[in-house]
Amino acid sequence: MMRLTKLTTALLAGALFAFPALAVDLRIGLQDDADVLDPAQSRTFVGRIVYTALCDKLVDVSPDLKIVPQLATEWKWSADGKELTMKIREGVKFHDDTPLDAAAVVATIERNMTLPESRRKSELTSVAKVEATGPLEVKFTLKSPDVTLLAQLSDRAGMIVSPTAAKALGANFGSKPVCAGPFKFVERVQQDRIVLEKFKDYWAKDKIFVDKVTYLPIPDTTVRLANLQSGDLDFIERLAPTDVAAVKGNSGLKYDATVNIGYMALYANVANGARADNPFGKDKRLRQAFSLAIDRDAMNQIVYEGTAVGGNQPFPPNSPWFNKAIPVPARDVAKAKALIKAAGFDRVPVELQIPNNPVAQQMMQILQSMVAEAGFDVSLKSTEFATLLEEQTRGNFQLSRSDWSGRVDPDGNIHQFITCKGGINDVKYCNPDVDKLLNEARASTDDAVRKQKYDAASVILNEDMPVIYLGHQSWIWAYKKSITGFVASPDGMIRLQGVKKG
Amino acid sequence: MPVYIGKRLLVAIPTLLIISIFVFSLQKLLPGDPILAMAGEERDPAVIEFLRDKYRLNDPVVVQYFYWLGGVLTGDFGISLRTNQPVLELILQKLPVTIQLAVMAMFFAMLIGIPIGILAAVKKNTFIDYIANVLALTGLSIPNFWLGIMLILLISVQLGWLPASGFESIFVDPVRSLQTMVMPAFVLGNALAATLMRHTRSAMIGVLSADYIRTARAKGLSPREVILSHSFRNALLPVVTLSALLFGELLAGAVLTEQIFTIPGFGKLIVDAVFNRDYAVVQGVVLCTAVGFIVMNLIADVLYVLLNPRLRATL
Repeated sequence: MMRLTKLTTALLAGALFAFPALAVDLRIGLQDDADVLDPAQSRTFVGRIVYTALCDKLVDVSPDLKIVPQLATEWKWSADGKELTMKIREGVKFHDDTPLDAAAVVATIERNMTLPESRRKSELTSVAKVEATGPLEVKFTLKSPDVTLLAQLSDRAGMIVSPTAAKALGANFGSKPVCAGPFKFVERVQQDRIVLEKFKDYWAKDKIFVDKVTYLPIPDTTVRLANLQSGDLDFIERLAPTDVAAVKGNSGLKYDATVNIGYMALYANVANGARADNPFGKDKRLRQAFSLAIDRDAMNQIVYEGTAVGGNQPFPPNSPWFNKAIPVPARDVAKAKALIKAAGFDRVPVELQIPNNPVAQQMMQILQSMVAEAGFDVSLKSTEFATLLEEQTRGNFQLSRSDWSGRVDPDGNIHQFITCKGGINDVKYCNPDVDKLLNEARASTDDAVRKQKYDAASVILNEDMPVIYLGHQSWIWAYKKSITGFVASPDGMIRLQGVKKG
Repeated sequence: MPVYIGKRLLVAIPTLLIISIFVFSLQKLLPGDPILAMAGEERDPAVIEFLRDKYRLNDPVVVQYFYWLGGVLTGDFGISLRTNQPVLELILQKLPVTIQLAVMAMFFAMLIGIPIGILAAVKKNTFIDYIANVLALTGLSIPNFWLGIMLILLISVQLGWLPASGFESIFVDPVRSLQTMVMPAFVLGNALAATLMRHTRSAMIGVLSADYIRTARAKGLSPREVILSHSFRNALLPVVTLSALLFGELLAGAVLTEQIFTIPGFGKLIVDAVFNRDYAVVQGVVLCTAVGFIVMNLIADVLYVLLNPRLRATL
């Protein structure tokens, strides 16, 4: 017996010496599978979550939505707002040991602007030229002043990729992405997992306490939560609001939520083809009445268990860009009825196109019965998302329900939807006054001036109401108690700097 | 026999062609534009035009079809619109996963269905038979997705015995692979077990009332010998055929099961591909499934002949 104990002790001691510390492996459950892992080509939200670990950007966004340094340590706008000069961090390496310098930054931006498959072109459309003005300094020259460029560079357009790998792999870069983030790519199995491991030469490696990250796409919210509860996952994103109570009641789990920067809205076809030719598309009073007939708080309580907030603008009420002079309206059926009457109607038929997911359907059924009391006979037309998008683009809709995931700069939540030539102006609203205000807001580097322009535009839009804003969802994360250091951010990203396990 | 198999394979070619034309046209009839979804939230017109061109979506549908067919004949199934991966690579990656799931599910189905079927036949119209029938009916009626979620909540969350979802290749970590597959295979096999049980029962009842069984009993064979050696062997005939054909149902069931248990197999591949209008992937997966069906049918027919000497003369 004595001998056995000794032997065991010796073996254990040996094992301890042989394996220094256990590797920390973090398993994160995502709602979808990411698409191609090339910052120039990718378009999914979950892809961006993976990039926060894989690819560093020129600038990042803080939890209070300020632009902060990442690969660029400082930057300066020229007086006319047409030149942006950035200093690049010294001593940064890509995962393939290629040094990250001004030339690499220029190569990436040019790749984003010229690669035929690039989805970043519209984000960099204001850039006329990008050049290295020193070994660690780049200058962006713009066609016209565009203060939103910084926000674009805080996302995929600003993720610097290894020029060596980009050259070797071309449009196939996503098969083995090489960036300069805290973790490097190990493997990917479609619809199953994306595995990254700690990059030992990361410029801020002392802030990284995790050795390996595995992202697992699990679309079903119940199953995703079950995996967290059973211990198979450490962290999940987009917990269903209906599951919040279960997480709160579980002593082994933690919960975090923050109102996101996107919005939920109804798009009213005001001028996109023949389907706009109806009272609802032509008479703004009817749209105003529709908005007034909605009890946004009740909808939020029922569908989102109180985790969402009501809204009437492209920015959430807690955003600095929200126009406080136009508060979220309370439900007013009498006033809605009066507006309908003033427009010369008693009852108004409206066809509402909605995506065929249960949450959207539930929400729109509630809305249907709310507005019915004011005089709207809403018929719901449920389609899956790819079709909804097509119908919306072609103008084959009267009223359509869809979401916007939100952008850090206010411009990204409004300009392209509402300006006459906006790329995703599916409602085809066109008002030169609004165009002027939004273009000026885009050109000014002074936040106070910008705020003034957005406020003025929001007054007009609240009157014309081509888009009926409903509110803003929250990002909800759930994770094990043993995870510390996670900071919830309104952009929904999972930043691993400072995150510890155990 | 080889001539017979060869003939059957030749007949399969037009079948496959018709299936591929059918699926191709059906997909084109679907509303929804894949490129719009792929172009990203901003929907840049230049990107949209480039992608349409790259994936030949501007060509007439007939041209697109023949282009695809030409590719398939040279082993090129096209490229996934969504992930840029070659379709063939995706199929080869996912197929073994679903085959493993299907084989394990079939194992469960047989393990449950055949013994209970025999028992129910032997104890016909007794309490045991009724219980077995109720069980079978329950198995058939419980939806896959509901049973799956309930098992996850019970076995994984409450008891912590098995992982809630996920997948590991059997070649990388066999233990973990079996652990992750047990629940989905059981869920998938459960409904089939019911079908198998019903068929085994009726086949056995038919055989048990045959004259030669009475003779076997009369000459003093033990009930065990009568049931297993004499009756079951003959009753096996329709059961084996059915099992081979049930593989088709397995594939259909795998679509739901893989979705719930997040298994990166064929079923999940096709669901995601349909939702994303990933034409090349849908096309490739359907073609592969069709081949699978044809092969399983062929195997069923061959087995039938092998098990039943009387049919050999007809070849």
